[in-house]
Amino acid sequence: MTAADTLDISPYVKPEADGTHGMDVAVEGITCGACIGRIEQAVKSLPGVTEARVNYTNRRLHVAWSDALEEPARIFDTLQASGYRGHPFVPLRAEQEEAAEARKLTRCLAVAGFAAMNVMLLSVSVWSGNVTDITPETRDFFHWASALIALPAAAYAGQPFFTSAWAALRSGQLNMNVPISLGVILALGMSVVETANHAREAYFDSALMLLFFLLVGRAADHAMRRKTRATAGNLAALRVETAHRFDGGELVRVLASTLKVGDRVLVKPGERVPADGDIIGGASEIDESLITGETARRPVKSGARVYAGSLNFSGTLTLRVTAAGGSALIDEIEKLLEKAASAKSRTRRLADRAARIYAPIVHTTAALTLAGWLFAGASVHDAIITAIAVLIITCPCALALAIPAVQVVASGAMFRRGIILNAGDAIERLAEADTIVFDKTGTLTLPEPRVVNAADIDAGVLQAAARLAQSSHHPLAMALAKEAGSTAPFDAVTEEPGQGVRALVDGVEMRLGSAGFCEMPVFAGANGESVSHIYFRHGERTAAFAIAQSLRPDAVETVQALRDLGFDLHILSGDRNEAVAPVAEALGISQWLGGVNPAEKIAFIEALKAQGRRLLMVGDGLNDAPSLAAAHVSLSPISAADVTQAQADAVFLGERLAPVAGAVTIARKARRLMIENLWLAAIYNLIAVPVAIAGLVTPLIAALAMSGSSLLVTLNALRANIKNADADAVSISANPRASGGPGRTKAGSPLARGRAEDAAALVARSDA
Amino acid sequence: MNVIIYLLPLALGLGLLGLFGFLWALKSGQYSDMEGAAYRVLSDDDVEK
Repeated sequence: MTAADTLDISPYVKPEADGTHGMDVAVEGITCGACIGRIEQAVKSLPGVTEARVNYTNRRLHVAWSDALEEPARIFDTLQASGYRGHPFVPLRAEQEEAAEARKLTRCLAVAGFAAMNVMLLSVSVWSGNVTDITPETRDFFHWASALIALPAAAYAGQPFFTSAWAALRSGQLNMNVPISLGVILALGMSVVETANHAREAYFDSALMLLFFLLVGRAADHAMRRKTRATAGNLAALRVETAHRFDGGELVRVLASTLKVGDRVLVKPGERVPADGDIIGGASEIDESLITGETARRPVKSGARVYAGSLNFSGTLTLRVTAAGGSALIDEIEKLLEKAASAKSRTRRLADRAARIYAPIVHTTAALTLAGWLFAGASVHDAIITAIAVLIITCPCALALAIPAVQVVASGAMFRRGIILNAGDAIERLAEADTIVFDKTGTLTLPEPRVVNAADIDAGVLQAAARLAQSSHHPLAMALAKEAGSTAPFDAVTEEPGQGVRALVDGVEMRLGSAGFCEMPVFAGANGESVSHIYFRHGERTAAFAIAQSLRPDAVETVQALRDLGFDLHILSGDRNEAVAPVAEALGISQWLGGVNPAEKIAFIEALKAQGRRLLMVGDGLNDAPSLAAAHVSLSPISAADVTQAQADAVFLGERLAPVAGAVTIARKARRLMIENLWLAAIYNLIAVPVAIAGLVTPLIAALAMSGSSLLVTLNALRANIKNADADAVSISANPRASGGPGRTKAGSPLARGRAEDAAALVARSDA
Repeated sequence: MNVIIYLLPLALGLGLLGLFGFLWALKSGQYSDMEGAAYRVLSDDDVEK
């Protein structure tokens, strides 16, 4: 290892309270409980390390060290030696905010739970005393004791609802929190007044129970979201791109995000370009499929402009950075993106729509009850009590749980199938989609090329060539190396720049590389430029491997399944027509367009939207980002460009396309359950409201009705988790390659290796 | 029924003790890694060999 390969980790290190330095690391390869001890012991054995603690839930390691640790980067070497790969990271702001929010919710939940239990203890005594021999003094005492617990507890635990309701009211809106807050406050207020009047009944327990049930729903929702956020954070850490920068005459490996305009960077074959720049030295071919969808490589030389995210294919390039770090975006795309995002009609969420219908009905019913009883000659006091009882009994326990409960279960089901949701309401929008527009390159096809003629080649030759290919960083060799499985690379391999690799095996030289290097005739493929060849010679054994973009292994079945689900399917690709046609034909998709630029993609989507279609866009390239933003709902594979992934409503992991079908199947089922739940809540109200209007509701009935209906909708929501044959096609399993040992993992840069597989390994456990 | 005068505060006190115990555990990060805790209990690294 040379100095150039030691990453500068200073952006990740932050000082700890006790004077040590701390860092968070996302760790790949944690698959079982034993890993915790193994990692912690290995890292702690470094001199100077004061703390090493693995968070198994999030697959992360927190390390702290004093100045005695001379080279903090050794932590990563230590991890690697134990068979794990570490990626330093800084927690995203959104993730930290969400964690703080979740802690706050848990505290509220604990307080509400404590208060509800203790008040219920007192309430049950009063209820049983009321039918036996409780004295009015004892009852009053119990009621005051309940008030003493309930009022401060509700003031604390109710905050999440009160603040949101207040914000909604101030902006002239109604959300679900308005009737909840109103119900809780009125129930408590009435109970205090009734207690002062020595009444037989008070509703302290109802108010607290309501808060408790609702907080359970919210806390569960948050826990799920936090888990997906943590996974997304880990994935971001593993995608962090590094660059080789010239500092004076020396080459230093730095984070791509720290590059500045004017920096000179070196891009080796097989690496991605870290920032937009002009070539000032070297010549090569670059693959811009992640940017434009175009699969044919573009030859570049001094003076040419290359964009961040392009894959350098053959020669070493020196660049002068023209647009640094994160701002490396083509202007046109950025403009389109802004337009698409602002034009996107904000769809109203199911829960808010329900609240909009529900809240006025409930409040009108309560007002009518009040008026009715007054009209019928009841006292003002009795009429108000009955009206409040109506509000309490209708207080939307079931309604407020109906949708979040399903969301929690459905997003959990998606998570296990390798779909990470970015937006909470994506489930509803996914369920509404009726048309799917696919990008081709990297979406229908695998993000990286594969050997397509493996079946025609002798297995022994393939194995030997793949083993040799492991020692090269050339993209073609890396595609071939994937066929090798987990064998170790050959010893003493020599790489001839621009030619190939060679090694002495069984006393005969084995070569892998260009046709000339292997002394073989150039293979003229029928498909022309989209197929590349790499040649192999070992004595008399020769082979020519055809390497090309290939379809995701289950693309045909998945597309058929989607068609069976009733979707209208389209392909929109930035690639040439000749490259798109065979893919469309293989998948049986007749509606396709090739060679479309981002603006044309958007125009196409707008045209479909004008026909009233609800569009699911699946894409990965930078050129797809505006279309993803413009579509009703969007999905991206994990290998997608960063900007694109940020636009997607959900990201799917792995090599298969099945998660697309899984996502819509689960989403449709979830939406069905949400609507069922809303109906269950409505039926509950149809039964309970007349009883309340008649003035027959006692606190006991309120308690039973509330917990009963909450339980019912929660149980119904759990059905979203029941195994579904269509959706179950994909499961993420631990990736054997990730634990292939230190020798193997050092061979490829994290960038060049299959990102999708890395991601799968990082999520690791499928039954979490 | 005078016994209630003692029992009620006692019951509440115990409940509060539980509540504060939970809040303390939450604050000291004991709920940040629920899955890991299940495995840590099985590891022997605190046993002298």
